[in-house]
Amino acid sequence: MIAREAAQRVRAGRPHTKTQAATRIAVPRGLKQLAYDATGIAVAALMLFPIYWMVITAFKPGRDILTLEPKWFPAPFTLDNFKDAIARPFFLDDVRNSLVIVGVMLVLALAISFLAAVATARFGFRGRNAFLVMIIGVQMVPLNALIIPLYMLLDSAGQVDALPGVIAIYLAVVLPFMIWTLRGFVANIPVELEESAMIDGCTRVGAFFRITFPLVGPGLVATAIFGFIQAWNEYIIAYVLLSSPNNQTLTVWLASFTTNHGPEWGPLMAAATLTGVPVVAFFLILQRYLAGGLTAGAVKG
Amino acid sequence: MGLAIAPPDLGPALYQRFRRRLFPYALITPSVAVIAGILAFPLGMLVWLSLQHYGLRELIAHQGEWVGLGNYQAILTDPLFHQVIVRSLAFTFACVALTVGLSTLIAMLLLKVSNAVRVLLMSALVFVWATPVVVTVDIWQWMFDYEFGVINYLLTQLHLGNFIHHNWFDNPLQGWTVFVVIVVWGAIPFVTITVYAGLLQVPNELLDAAQVDGAGAWQRFRFVTAPMLKPIFLIVICLSTIWDFGVFNQIYILLNQRPSSDYYTIAIYSYRESFGVTQYGIGAAIAVLLVLILIVVTLFYVRETVRQAEIA
Repeated sequence: MIAREAAQRVRAGRPHTKTQAATRIAVPRGLKQLAYDATGIAVAALMLFPIYWMVITAFKPGRDILTLEPKWFPAPFTLDNFKDAIARPFFLDDVRNSLVIVGVMLVLALAISFLAAVATARFGFRGRNAFLVMIIGVQMVPLNALIIPLYMLLDSAGQVDALPGVIAIYLAVVLPFMIWTLRGFVANIPVELEESAMIDGCTRVGAFFRITFPLVGPGLVATAIFGFIQAWNEYIIAYVLLSSPNNQTLTVWLASFTTNHGPEWGPLMAAATLTGVPVVAFFLILQRYLAGGLTAGAVKG
Repeated sequence: MGLAIAPPDLGPALYQRFRRRLFPYALITPSVAVIAGILAFPLGMLVWLSLQHYGLRELIAHQGEWVGLGNYQAILTDPLFHQVIVRSLAFTFACVALTVGLSTLIAMLLLKVSNAVRVLLMSALVFVWATPVVVTVDIWQWMFDYEFGVINYLLTQLHLGNFIHHNWFDNPLQGWTVFVVIVVWGAIPFVTITVYAGLLQVPNELLDAAQVDGAGAWQRFRFVTAPMLKPIFLIVICLSTIWDFGVFNQIYILLNQRPSSDYYTIAIYSYRESFGVTQYGIGAAIAVLLVLILIVVTLFYVRETVRQAEIA
């Protein structure tokens, strides 16, 4: 039933460009479409230009970077900037720290938020609404405001300048949103699916793990992407709480790139590219799962 | 927001009564522990801290000196704080208005373009969204470089004035304009994709009917699309306000981690007071005020959102 409704919604929601354009006669349809497409391409180009500029700067030799008349393509092409960036002190340490922090945090966050999502989507219990209100309310507090007490909290636990402290904070920051999103995914999976599995002889737990769990896959992916981006991109907490250079994350390493003589743009842009690549890759690899129609078609008729 | 959904009935025979009662609590215990321990407790501590004189000496001794509302009094009579508040509010307003306006236009454009262009534009948005903020700040810093920045070159070439060796951050008004551009550019993808998802839900029958009745493009947007998108606009405006009011990274990193007081936002001001001059009590009081102002500013949106959820 739910699946059919969802399918109808998707069908109804398709943009009907043709029907809307056909009723206008004043401007020829082809010309109008061309104007829209040209505007769309222009907007895409404007949005992408900064990223394009970063990447080509990273591949330019130094003398082509500092020119009064900019070079639009990396005509003599070089990897020197990347070699330079990687050879900087603490690069590998900080890559490892970022990976450890994000990895551990994500595994914990997925497990914890999944449990809470199931509780709030599948069970009614006293305090459920209070819990949901807390989840929403907590997201309103800007993290910047909490730096001082978080610092003191970790200080009293002996976790300043240590990865576990930062992992715990990131965990708390991403959890509310992840619970909220996952809850929606779990709630969208019809209970009928589990019930029919139980009629066919599955235990309740078995039905859950064989039927519901696989169907929540796209939801877990979506929330994982969100958590990954949040944690990988975080700067201020890591900057304040991780003071020694070999304990820092990639974003802190990147922000401290400026030397006394001003930034060295080539290596800096190479380093920025390297920092951005994992997020973009993670996003692009996983985003096709996001489009998956959840349970669409799982319950037919 | 689904708060009012009745709990699904799972069939009473399947569970022992006490197990069914305790099980959901067991499931939410880890989340409650983490969120309460790491966010709720520090939030209380922040308020407590803001009522004390707490400097470096007190930090080491783990013992503050109670001053009541003294910190607040000091801040509220500080002319710099007034400047910072006004500036932060104006900055937030400009950013949110531009973000939501431009994103809505782009989202509507997405409905009109052909498939290939839609994929291109969507990919561009996703790319920008996935790029870490710290990375984008470095890119913009390079593009706005006074000597070799591509933006000065382009503006000069387009005969918009002589921008050779123009330093954008000498004049705070120009500097803030640059920050508006950076923040809006970074915020557009999320808002556009959210609004676009909402636009897809508007039934075409309604738009067609309005057109048959003689409504022009603007009227169709004003009287059909906009009211249907109201819940989405509320959430997007609310979130953007929270994010833009607390802007820190863009300004702090771009100005090489030592912004002049012309470029203080409330978040930066609080940070400077705490970690720059080790007045943690004052810093905490500023942070509390930041949260309070946010509550006042977003109260309307939150109330409307809850109201919308009740209607639905």
